Amino acid sequence: MRNLIAVPVILLSVILQSAVISRVYLLSGFADLPLVVLAAWALQEEVDSAWHWAVAAGLLVGFVSGISWIVPAFGYMAVVALAQIFQRRVWQAPLLAMFSITFLGTIIVSVLSLIVLRFAGVTLPIDDAFGLLTLPGILLNMLLAIPVYAVMRDLARWVYPSPEVE
Amino acid sequence: MALALGGYFSSASNVFTGSLVNLQTWFSARFVAVQDFFTSPRDIASLRQRNAELEGEVADLQAQVIQLQQEVGETQILAALVDFSRANPENSYRAAAVIGRDPSPFLHYVIINRGSNDGILRGMPVVTNQGLIGRVEAVIADAARVQLITDPASSVNVRLQNAETEASLVGSVTGDVTLDLIPQDLNIQPGDLVLTSGLGGGYPPDLIIGQVVNVRSRDFDLFQQATVQPVVDFNRLEIVLVIVNFKPVDISPLIPAP
Repeated sequence: MRNLIAVPVILLSVILQSAVISRVYLLSGFADLPLVVLAAWALQEEVDSAWHWAVAAGLLVGFVSGISWIVPAFGYMAVVALAQIFQRRVWQAPLLAMFSITFLGTIIVSVLSLIVLRFAGVTLPIDDAFGLLTLPGILLNMLLAIPVYAVMRDLARWVYPSPEVE
Repeated sequence: MALALGGYFSSASNVFTGSLVNLQTWFSARFVAVQDFFTSPRDIASLRQRNAELEGEVADLQAQVIQLQQEVGETQILAALVDFSRANPENSYRAAAVIGRDPSPFLHYVIINRGSNDGILRGMPVVTNQGLIGRVEAVIADAARVQLITDPASSVNVRLQNAETEASLVGSVTGDVTLDLIPQDLNIQPGDLVLTSGLGGGYPPDLIIGQVVNVRSRDFDLFQQATVQPVVDFNRLEIVLVIVNFKPVDISPLIPAP
C-alpha cells in the first residue's frame, strides 16, 4: 500500500514538469523535475520502492513527451541505480550524493536522448545540445535538488515511520 | 460696590480670573490626558481592525484586477483569432488552449486541451492569428501534442513570396528556423516573406511563417541557407487554432526507400 504514494507524487511531478518547469528556460534548457524527485526518493534509507517509481515515471513521461519512452524509462532507472550505489558509498553526505546523482543523471538522460533521436533520423549538433540544453539543465536541476531532497525526506519519514526506541 | 464701580478692584479681579482660567486649563488638560489614556487604546484597536479590513479589501480588489487583466488578455487573443478565422473563411478552425510543453528540452512540442473528442486528428495544421505554428503529431481523447515548426525534426515545404521559389524550412534545438535547399542562382533578400507552399500535402498553402533575416551563400555549397524570424512568439503561446477541415496527404509510400 505504501507504494501507492508514488502515483500522486509522480503524476504531480510530471504535470508540474510539463505545465511549469518546461516553460522556465535557461538558454534552451530546463530542469527535469521527475529526475530530481526520483533521485531524492531513491536516496532515502527507508525507501525500497524506487525501482517501481522509476518505471512509472519513465512510462508516464514517455507518454506525455514526443521522445521515445526508452529515454525516460532507462534514464530514470539509471538514476535509481546510481542512487543505490551512492547511498552505500557516501551515505554520510546525502546532499553530496544528491548533487552527484543529479549531475550524472542529467548527463545520462541527455546522452540517451541524443542517441535515440539520432536513430530516429534527427541529427542534433552535439556541442549545441551540450552547451545549450544539458549544461543549463544540470544547473537548474542542482538548484531544485536541495528543496526536493528536503521534501522527499519528509515524505519518506511519513511513509516509512521509524519504530519507537524504548 | 462703590469701590468696584470705581475700578479699584480691577487688578484684583484680573488676578482672580486669571488664576481661575489657569486652574481650569490645568484641570482640562489633565482630564483630556486621562480621557486619552482610557479611550486611545480602544481607538487604536478599532483602527487596526479597520485597517486590516481595508487591507483585505485591497488584496481582494488586486486579485480581481489581475483576474480581469488576464481575462482582457484572453479576450484580446480570442478577438484576434476570430478576426483571423473570418479573414480566412476557407478553413474551419477549432480553438484550443496550450496547457503544457514537452518535458524533454530536446523536442519542441506543445500540448493542447483538445483531442479526438473535438474532431482533432493527427496531421492537422495548427496556427495562430499571426501564422503557422506546427501540426498535430499525436492525439488522445481530450488532448493532443503539437509538433512546432521549431522542432529539430520538423520540415516544412515553403515558398518565398518575392523570389517565387520553394525551399525547405527546418527547426533546431535552439528554436531557430532555417531555410534550406534554396538554389544558388536565386536572389533572396532579408525581409522576404516565407509562406507554406502546400507541396507534399502536409500543410495548406499560403500560411505565413516569417521573414528572412539573413542569407548565407557560399560558392562551394550546392544550396543557399537563410535564417528566418518566425512571426509567432513560440514562448508565449496561449491559445491556438487547429485547422480541422484539412486532410493531410501521406506521400511517404511514394518516396523510394534508400
